[in-house]
Amino acid sequence: MIEVQNLTKRYGSLCAVDDISFRVEEGEILGFLGPNGAGKSTTMNILTGYLSSTSGIVKINGHDILEEPNEAKANIGYLPEQPPLCLDMTVKEYLNFVYDLKKCKFNRTKHLAEICKLMRIEHVFNRLIKNLSKGYRQRVGFAQALIGNPPVLILDEPTVGLDPNQIIEMRTLIKNLGKHHTVILSSHILPEVEAVCDRIVIINGGKIVADDTASALSAHYSSDRRLLTRVAGEEKRVYDILSHVDGVASVTCFGEKENGVFEYALVPEEGSDFRRALFAALSQSGFALLGLKSMEMSLEDIFIALTREQLPQTTRKGGKQK
Amino acid sequence: MSAVFKREFKTYFTSPIGYVVLALIFGLSGFYFFQYNLAGGMADLSYLFSSVLSFMLLLVFPILTMRLMSDDKRQKTDQALLTAPVGLTGIVLGKFAAAVLLFIIGISITLVFAFIIALQVNPDWMLVFGNFFGLLLLGDMVIAIGLFISCLTESQFIAALGTFLASFALLMIDSLGSLFSGSAFMQSVVEFLSVYKRYANFTTGIIQYDDIIFFLSMQALFLFLTVRVLDRKRWN
Repeated sequence: MIEVQNLTKRYGSLCAVDDISFRVEEGEILGFLGPNGAGKSTTMNILTGYLSSTSGIVKINGHDILEEPNEAKANIGYLPEQPPLCLDMTVKEYLNFVYDLKKCKFNRTKHLAEICKLMRIEHVFNRLIKNLSKGYRQRVGFAQALIGNPPVLILDEPTVGLDPNQIIEMRTLIKNLGKHHTVILSSHILPEVEAVCDRIVIINGGKIVADDTASALSAHYSSDRRLLTRVAGEEKRVYDILSHVDGVASVTCFGEKENGVFEYALVPEEGSDFRRALFAALSQSGFALLGLKSMEMSLEDIFIALTREQLPQTTRKGGKQK
Repeated sequence: MSAVFKREFKTYFTSPIGYVVLALIFGLSGFYFFQYNLAGGMADLSYLFSSVLSFMLLLVFPILTMRLMSDDKRQKTDQALLTAPVGLTGIVLGKFAAAVLLFIIGISITLVFAFIIALQVNPDWMLVFGNFFGLLLLGDMVIAIGLFISCLTESQFIAALGTFLASFALLMIDSLGSLFSGSAFMQSVVEFLSVYKRYANFTTGIIQYDDIIFFLSMQALFLFLTVRVLDRKRWN
């Protein structure tokens, strides 16, 4: 379990993380989203004790990261943005080093073999890390985080550098790990977060701008469930029929999309579902309904809407510093 | 601590650094051994010990300590160290111990020289051990200084240069003393800091508590400063 209360981090006058609070329960996967420079990596570095906060409390499974750093750190597996690999060691030497560093007390060969199997790095076990490709290095970095079976996993962009098949594998792996671990995962790839995470925190300019499940977020931010429809037929007549359908508050025409086919956006009246009435009205008048789709906001739209607001401000700040 | 120690010591030999350090120590002290003891026909190793001081300071210690902290920062492996359940003191002491062990292996060659002499005449063993002990104390102190300098930068080259300049300053302190010939206070300060004089005491067979305490406390001071610098980085 991870508890963060009123966490703030200042670099001089720059506020990288501004009074954020959240909780991650055991068995939950939290997606941490934000544009570059939003404070994701800083927050993760504070959670793992690599940086210290200016103020605020971080508790890992009940251990305060400042007051009981060793107990708290023993509970964390951390994969930083750039995996902390000793390039002139072999994978075997490196994982053994991390095993010693974390003071693990398992059956060493068995534990390392299990992790290598999970990460699919058995066949590079005796190779020098500096000779490995980016994808393998990323997986060795992930393996390093898993050593010692820590109950809390903090993963900073875990799928960077992997090929599409490996990305899918990795997502499944994280999902499985999430059943028994507390996981925080940061990413730029929105479908990934949507696919893997139970809950999403969007951070921008050091502040949390959203904290909810993906479906709740899209329901909340697309308050009117507009429908986009394509109907074949003369624009004026179709428009007339559409605006008289029961439950439709307003109609906007988006113009001709195919030959003789026009696209319309329909805004429903509060709480009404007009799809059946729409079909009936069009079939009675003999116009063909060619398409009907919900204009619900995707996570991508929400992300852009939420993080764009503060953009001009940050640009101004950067300009001043120059 | 032991994990850090093991890894650092191993890294000396997976990179050329360990070999370069050993070659320098073996080669140059071998040269002095040949010149003074074999060719010069002397049984006393003290000349060798006082001659190795300057090249140890200017060459060996900068190379020995340059990558200890700086390389971790450059490769970001410090993230693994600092987020592992190990204290900062453990990390610093582990790295320090690895450098000291390599240094001890290097200067153990002087004991081999002593045995070679013992084949002919019986050397003054107390003097040999006194010399060895003096060089070890001095070395530990300079390694601590080098470790401290290495944690201030990400570049091995800057770290080596910094330790070189610090060592150079240690050698120059005595010449500074003559500049302050008018001030008894400044002269006593220079005398106190004079590493050369304190080390020379050992090579002439004089082992004094204040020399031992000076070297040990300077070593502790720089190890402490290293831990503080690492800790402070987290707060910035």
